[in-house]
Amino acid sequence: MNIRITLDGKEIETTAGTLLVDVAADNGVYIPTLCYQRGKPCLGTCRACSVRVNGNVMASCTVPVAEGMTVEVDAADLNDMRKALVELLFAEGNHNCPSCEKSGRCELQAVGYEVGMLVSRFPYRFPPRTREHVAKYIWLERDRCIFCQRCVEFVRDHETGRKIFTIDDRGTHASIEIDVALADRMPPEQVREAAELCPVGCIIAKGVGYDKPIGQRKFEVKSIRERTLERSRK
Amino acid sequence: MTQGIEVNETMTTNIHPILERYHADKTRLIDMLWDIQRQAGYIPDAAVTALAEGLNMSANDVRETLTFYHFFHDKPAGRHTLYLADTVIARMQGYDEVRATLERETGTTFGSVDPSATFGLYDTNCIGLSDQEPAMMVDEVVFTRLTPEKVRTIINRLKQGATPSEIANPDQFDTRRLEYVQAQVADNIRICGPVFFQQDRPHAQILEKTLDLLPEQVVEQVTLSRIRGRGGAGFPTGLKWRLGREAPGREKVVICNADEGEPGTFKDRVLLTRSPRDVLLGMTVAAHAIGARTGILYLRAEYWYLKDYLEQQITDLRAERLLGRSILGREFDFDIRIQMGAGAYVCGDETALIESCEGKRGTPRVKPPYPIQQGYLGMPTCINNVETFAAVTAIMEQGADWFSSLGTPESSGTRLLSVSGDCAAPGIYEIEWGVSLNEVLDTVGARNTRAVQISGPSGECVSAAADGERRLCYSDLSCNGSFMIFDHSRDLLRVVEHFMRFFVDESCGICVPCRAGGVDLHHKIRLIIAGRATRQDLDDIVNWGNLMRGTSRCGLGTTAPKPLLTTLEKFPQIYREKLARPQGPLLPSFDLENATREYEHACQALAQEKSK
Repeated sequence: MNIRITLDGKEIETTAGTLLVDVAADNGVYIPTLCYQRGKPCLGTCRACSVRVNGNVMASCTVPVAEGMTVEVDAADLNDMRKALVELLFAEGNHNCPSCEKSGRCELQAVGYEVGMLVSRFPYRFPPRTREHVAKYIWLERDRCIFCQRCVEFVRDHETGRKIFTIDDRGTHASIEIDVALADRMPPEQVREAAELCPVGCIIAKGVGYDKPIGQRKFEVKSIRERTLERSRK
Repeated sequence: MTQGIEVNETMTTNIHPILERYHADKTRLIDMLWDIQRQAGYIPDAAVTALAEGLNMSANDVRETLTFYHFFHDKPAGRHTLYLADTVIARMQGYDEVRATLERETGTTFGSVDPSATFGLYDTNCIGLSDQEPAMMVDEVVFTRLTPEKVRTIINRLKQGATPSEIANPDQFDTRRLEYVQAQVADNIRICGPVFFQQDRPHAQILEKTLDLLPEQVVEQVTLSRIRGRGGAGFPTGLKWRLGREAPGREKVVICNADEGEPGTFKDRVLLTRSPRDVLLGMTVAAHAIGARTGILYLRAEYWYLKDYLEQQITDLRAERLLGRSILGREFDFDIRIQMGAGAYVCGDETALIESCEGKRGTPRVKPPYPIQQGYLGMPTCINNVETFAAVTAIMEQGADWFSSLGTPESSGTRLLSVSGDCAAPGIYEIEWGVSLNEVLDTVGARNTRAVQISGPSGECVSAAADGERRLCYSDLSCNGSFMIFDHSRDLLRVVEHFMRFFVDESCGICVPCRAGGVDLHHKIRLIIAGRATRQDLDDIVNWGNLMRGTSRCGLGTTAPKPLLTTLEKFPQIYREKLARPQGPLLPSFDLENATREYEHACQALAQEKSK
């Protein structure tokens, strides 16, 4: 059903029930996301896509559009909220971009640029986190995990359907875990997909690190904003 | 509690009866984990592996659930596992001495097990006994109004081989009887009004009358009564039921939220103790209204001592044909099972509670869809609070008009307050909506009151001086039942610090603002108490608090900053008094001693090296 909504003051026509974050992209309005990927079920964990819908702040990946909705994306307070959420993530984990294999293809880093982050307003915590390197093909760098849940929800053992990545404990004690036996039978293709699925440099495929020179990596060639808007035009 | 089950390889074989008991249904994972823990005292790795295999899950997937819940242990937790409730109210009533005595007598410290593996000592948040604190759980029983003396006696007897139940229940009442519950916990019903705790309610007659009505007419009655959800959010119950009635789905579900986790409330505990039939019947009324066959009562693990008693109530109702197949001889089937929680405040959120009922981590779902459309196992699910169901039974008995004539036009009926803290008689008070704060304080015998925490940490802190004439109702002081009173001798900043730590403890961690932001706000209040905060820190509290309020995924995250924000608004002076005056070039928040501690250590180590 065709409906009309107002997006940053502009009236646009769209289809009822489509996710707001996608509708915005289709209309040239980029909203940063760290957990959401177009076409995949909404995870609603990072909240970096927060906008105002009919006066209330909501994560736009969780909102199906409805007739007459008034949506604000570009407002000073909202821009700052999204930026603050990204800053929280940088302060919560240990993110050292210059030495990270994912630099240049890291969505957290790319979104950091998009929201104009220079430094985190939150105190850096430097949490001690151990890495897990026992699996044959995957290196789990917990310092960088942002608990987006992509790997937890979308990666399964092909044969049994069992979860390979899981979260242990809760709250600030949460920790990403890997089932080594299941991970060791992941075909190379699935390993590559899991590494690409990870928005940060937490799931790293062993043996292929630093394969592209600086300056030629994914988001260095084309920004995350351009990619998001371009894909929606297709 | 431990029956000396053989751990390691034999665990695999011992898992089978448990798997069979639940038909290897992984949505019953929490029940299975409980069964293992009740046998073995904890959940060994071998059991996790065996369980995972039997359920076609990865072992880590089982651990996702296991490690989420506070009461599950993956390491030995002592032959007796003790949880002392650490609440602001307990801290006003001798908690420190009790805690120290427990450590001394058990020979261990909190968070660990003593060398003889007899006692595991743990902290826990509010266990729903704020009217009789300090209180602790020992295995599956509770001890209230603890004193150092009482603790010494209990620990000594445990050492001599008595079971916790023998100590708490000396007359050895059957666990299915009311006397068993009352031997451990006082009801403390101070004032009961027209709606709750009525003697001799004719339940069969009420249900007969209800079933004579069409489901739509029941929804109509509930709508006319104008009752709103008693859990706190205040959603109109009639509307929820109408949506449930209209929701497409062959199978529908009614869930009673008895995960009474908000610090300071205990009214559901008392309702389940004294009026369990009102609650269970209310669920049955809801089932008739929306067309459900399945009912779940989600009972927090802190109320384990109520479990057998409630099971018996359900059994009795079945025998009287008020539950189960062909209720009252009609074509109406509805049954209720009890789902035990395992220690997670966030499960009070209805979608987190549903996840938990499905055997998973209690993380709140993304909404929409709402439970009333797609809830438990994808079925339309109507979740209401214990008190709401009990009130519905009264409404079906006495009529919608009677109920709506109580209270105020927009807040009909009465509500139960769980009153604790500085007052003459902590306990349960049934009040009509619309009474003023001062009237309540008068009734409960509160003197020299400075502040009242309304609705627990997730609610608001109000000033007795400034807000005394405000009224308890949904449009003014909306109250979920928790009513904690602090007089002028109390340090409110300490209370706020405790509440902020509570939210950090209980955050499920699924969304960024709550998981990460809560820690920073807790850090800020500690900075203030330490006298090292500046004006900038107060601004940060407001800004970061609003970030959490706006962007968090569920009610836990959106309300977590409220202890800070509401006290900042009502009692700004207590913050201002603590602000540091910058001296010298360093920020007051900069802790020079802490920052150079490592250096000091290194110097000492070097000096020792040299002197060798």
